[in-house]
Amino acid sequence: MTTTRPAPLRSVKGAPFDVERVRADFPLLRQTVAGGRPLVYLDNAATTQKPRQMIEAIARFYTDDNANIHRGVYDLCERATRLYEGARTMAQRFVGAADAREIVFVRGATEGINLVAQSFCSPRLGAGDEVLVSAIEHHSNIVPWQQVCEARGARLRVIPMNSRGELEIDGLEDLLGPRTRMLAVTHVSNALGTVTPVKEIVARAHARGVPVLVDGAQGAPHVVVDVGDLGCDFYTVSGHKVFGPTGVGFVYGRLEHLEAMPPYQGGGDMIRSVTFERTTFAAPPARFEAGTPNIGGAIGLAASLEYLMRLDWDAVAAHEAELLAHATEALSGIPGLRIIGTAAEKVAVVSFVLAGAHAHDIGTIVDEDGVALRTGHHCAQPVMDALGVPATARASFAFYNTHAEVEVLAAAVARVREVLG
Amino acid sequence: MAELRELYQQVILDHNKNPRHHRRLAVPSHSAEGHNPLCGDRIHLDLKVEDGIIREIGFDGSGCAISTASASLMTTSVVGKTTAEAERLFDAFHAMVTDPAGPADPKALGKLAVFSGVRGFPARVKCANLPWHTLHAALSSEGVRVSTE
Repeated sequence: MTTTRPAPLRSVKGAPFDVERVRADFPLLRQTVAGGRPLVYLDNAATTQKPRQMIEAIARFYTDDNANIHRGVYDLCERATRLYEGARTMAQRFVGAADAREIVFVRGATEGINLVAQSFCSPRLGAGDEVLVSAIEHHSNIVPWQQVCEARGARLRVIPMNSRGELEIDGLEDLLGPRTRMLAVTHVSNALGTVTPVKEIVARAHARGVPVLVDGAQGAPHVVVDVGDLGCDFYTVSGHKVFGPTGVGFVYGRLEHLEAMPPYQGGGDMIRSVTFERTTFAAPPARFEAGTPNIGGAIGLAASLEYLMRLDWDAVAAHEAELLAHATEALSGIPGLRIIGTAAEKVAVVSFVLAGAHAHDIGTIVDEDGVALRTGHHCAQPVMDALGVPATARASFAFYNTHAEVEVLAAAVARVREVLG
Repeated sequence: MAELRELYQQVILDHNKNPRHHRRLAVPSHSAEGHNPLCGDRIHLDLKVEDGIIREIGFDGSGCAISTASASLMTTSVVGKTTAEAERLFDAFHAMVTDPAGPADPKALGKLAVFSGVRGFPARVKCANLPWHTLHAALSSEGVRVSTE
């Protein structure tokens, strides 16, 4: 069950991370913006840039291998089917799943969560039952649960967080009551960068018989995922946040759950037999992939996942930790700047506010220096409300970001109050 | 890319730091809430309209420099005017920040013309427009909420 990423093929363990070599694989990062300044892309929590290996894989698929999958008997169809199912195997390896049938392709983490909420959770929910989420969730891991709770007369309860943006799980057992039917928690907070103690939460929820979905949209880009080790029941991944295409992602689900779940959507490719009286459904994962899926997207995603699995993740983690430390220090030195989210366990995400400057103004002003930042509530309004800020500016890093870019960011932010007078 | 200094003009920066009519009215005849869910800007606007004339106006809330300055300059522009004149200013302002051709009569905008630079920053048009949409909502009916989404 403890499948791990294959041995790194590219970099030598223990060698320093060669960021320039990695950057050369991302064509978009070469561009300059107005005034000839290099683009400093620090909005990786929103979406990541794409390696040429992914771009080439998609072009190759549409140039040479495009056909609809699963039903044709001709060679081209079989080739396309093989590539699509190969992508599933790549996703399986990426999260360390035991069986490729545990990988369901969806549009992204949002659809993955909705699938689990509707097909797994909703049938188990009755009036007065409870679903548990955490205070640092993205809206996509709140709203689908709220919807099934509303439909079933169930109640949504919330694991609280402290002022540093860490989950307070001391009282978790008090929240895991006899009516708790599901727990959904993010692996990493998109707004604050907090890494949650997912493994411990899963163990404690399972001790009470409560299944757990982990929203991996922000975890998978930064942390080596091993669903066997985490022990979770479901894990969702967004393709475009792991350097893959938009419009594709996957949900890992334990096979015994998937086999017991009704379909999410009806259509072609998810049935065993159809008459006007009765339809029987295919086994997972096909049961959950109604209609022609995003074949080219899945194949592109597989190329990105393969790219990631060739990196030395000890070196990646060390590089990202250095970027985080550098950015935290450089930004903290700016008068009036306050970092929002100071968890002990964080990925390279720095959310901040600046006295006298609204986040939106910060975003516009640093853009002049080529710095792409996200500003606003980051689709996590409850987080913003709990921390008492209407909005933050957020720099979110990927392994291809550099220390020179951290310096450009800090200089650009330092200039904001000058511009605002 | 458009020039940053065309966006953050001195008048705008001044109104952001020292917004005019920045208060709630004790007994407003018209009020509205404006909200930009994308960036979290919020504005509450109160009006006291008598005989079709905006006698008093006040706003508060939280927002970026552009929305705050836009609200402040809007209040100074419409106070003392008829509601019909205020609505015409709204149309002219909207045209200035969105229409490439600009407003039909730029002179009518007076000092509101400092917001012409917003047109070069499409992501910020909503910030400048929010107070005006809120004014329009307040005048159209009483006690409503508007959203720029």
